[in-house]
Amino acid sequence: MTPILEYKNLKKYFTVGHRGLLRREPITVKAVDGVSFVINKGEVFGLVGESGSGKSTVAYTTIGMYRPTSGAIEFQGESLFTKEGKRPRHIKKEIQIVFQDPGSSLNPRRSVKEILELPLSIHQPAKKHIGRVAELLEMVELPVDYMYKYPHALSGGEKQIVAIARALATEPSFIILDEPTSALDVSIQGKIINLLLRLRQEFHLSYLFITHDLSLMRNVASRVAIMYLGKICEVAEASEFFRNPKHPYTQMLLSSIPVVSEEEEKLKPKRVQSRGEIPSPVNIPSGCSFHLRCPYKMDICPRVDPEMVDTGEGHYVRCHLYPVQENSRPVAV
Amino acid sequence: MNTPPLLEVRNLQVHFRVFGGYLKVLDGVNLVVRAGEKVGLVGESGCGKTTTMKAILRILPEPPAQIVGGHVLFRGKDVLKMRPQELRRLRGRGISMVFQDPTAALNPVFTIGQQLGDVIRYSHSDGRVDAGQIRLKALQALKEVALADPERLLDSYPIQLSGGMRQRVCIAMALATQPELLIADEPGTSLDVTIQDQILRLLHNLVVERNTSVILITHTLGVVREVTDRVYVMYAGTIVESAPTKVLFANPMFPYTRGLMQSVPRLSGGGVAEGIPGRIPNYLNPPTGCRFHPRCPHVMEVCRHEKPPVFTVGEEHYVACYLYAS
Repeated sequence: MTPILEYKNLKKYFTVGHRGLLRREPITVKAVDGVSFVINKGEVFGLVGESGSGKSTVAYTTIGMYRPTSGAIEFQGESLFTKEGKRPRHIKKEIQIVFQDPGSSLNPRRSVKEILELPLSIHQPAKKHIGRVAELLEMVELPVDYMYKYPHALSGGEKQIVAIARALATEPSFIILDEPTSALDVSIQGKIINLLLRLRQEFHLSYLFITHDLSLMRNVASRVAIMYLGKICEVAEASEFFRNPKHPYTQMLLSSIPVVSEEEEKLKPKRVQSRGEIPSPVNIPSGCSFHLRCPYKMDICPRVDPEMVDTGEGHYVRCHLYPVQENSRPVAV
Repeated sequence: MNTPPLLEVRNLQVHFRVFGGYLKVLDGVNLVVRAGEKVGLVGESGCGKTTTMKAILRILPEPPAQIVGGHVLFRGKDVLKMRPQELRRLRGRGISMVFQDPTAALNPVFTIGQQLGDVIRYSHSDGRVDAGQIRLKALQALKEVALADPERLLDSYPIQLSGGMRQRVCIAMALATQPELLIADEPGTSLDVTIQDQILRLLHNLVVERNTSVILITHTLGVVREVTDRVYVMYAGTIVESAPTKVLFANPMFPYTRGLMQSVPRLSGGGVAEGIPGRIPNYLNPPTGCRFHPRCPHVMEVCRHEKPPVFTVGEEHYVACYLYAS
């Protein structure tokens, strides 16, 4: 497996105000606070978390909307953030994004043709693009005459398909999918997901798939990471993850999912009942940030932030219930 | 059952006047809620779930909406014929509602105490209740929804609360009037999954304790399965199937219900089904016959012309589909 994207201790802090006598002490939100993981070529890497956990900040930093406070992201060994500031165009072309709400990510005044032409005219200037637009529409199984339609004439699902076509326009190798189906009805979700999985095979794409729907994650991701208050608490292969969740937060998430069959009910961890809410990222609890909601809280938890531990078979967990072995070092996932 | 149902909706038809004609949104909705029963109403966005509930409470904007036919009987009295005074009594003490988005349901410029107090004062029709009593009752209501530090909350504004807390306040407001029927419109959809779980468990415990009847509107099938006794499935303004919850999940019969069930990604894995082709019809010119026929994999000639009657296929299991004729 060759890595396509590497996150190295990525941090993104936002200053949201000032306090103190002279209003000079910044109030910071630690949206992403030291995240390290690797996405391999051809993989669908799932990122799960509640609102405010920092999963979208990871996505937006990757696409270049934010510069990290510290840490790095490397795309095939090349740093995404250089001193000069601007990201080279050949990297921009490789990394694309599909946003959650296609209603607001498509310009209502532009036809589908104009929407799909924009990325083409930036990356392949001085060329006629109409043929390529038709090709893109065929790739996503939309009738070619849709290029003359405007977003308001499309259904929610069709709009999202246009947004996917736009992401494909520059022939990227990596696409970020930020909750691509959560604004759509469940009967349309399947179509979009299967289209995305087929495109991945056909064009050898890798995905960073962000969702809060764990049932959906089970069916699309090869590996899954759970985020809580800007940090990753657990990473594992998708099947292992759902069979043997280790972090108490993961267990809480899994036991909260409403399911539709008895068979699935049996897969849910019974012991952990959801309680409490995600604290404000301005005041992150000391030690392990989950200790306020954790049913297994120990004396050490409010004092010391646990480190990521390798529990074998690519399953990593950051919790004091799984202590660091004497001879092992902290690991990068 | 011999007792008359708490709520009975008979052949309810609602149209919306728009430029170029009428949107024929509700096309004869029938549903029954018995005392103490928890009923689910499932369907995709735009199928008329919320319109039905608003018609029951008479809070549809009329015009453009028009109730063109049918009856809504609450304890045998027709809501559609009630005078404003009776309607005021119905809303609140008879039926109350929890909305999807608690942020929009609370007024941002009044404290929780003021808003909760208004509801409590309103529920005493004679208006003879002093401020101290109201505060006590408000405190009591907040305690029941398991909110910590209710004293401080009474003087807080909605913006100071998290989404989950706001939804708890909305539930406290809806239940403070001791309604006989609670309509919960997607009460957890705008919240995170762990918070949704807490809210649903809270709501469930409260209504079981008080024996309140509930209509739970949602498009999440899993939620319906966990908290309801009976389910109605709605498609494009009609009820297409109804059954006890267990029966429906074990044996869905209407082709749309089946497609919907298959569309839900499973925790046990196995990929995601394609879903249902096509989209919900345009209400300006809805399909003739069965409104689902353009998307139905089992469509027959008769489906295109005749609206299917309701067939009984099991105990309390009804399906409006010609596949189950005879």
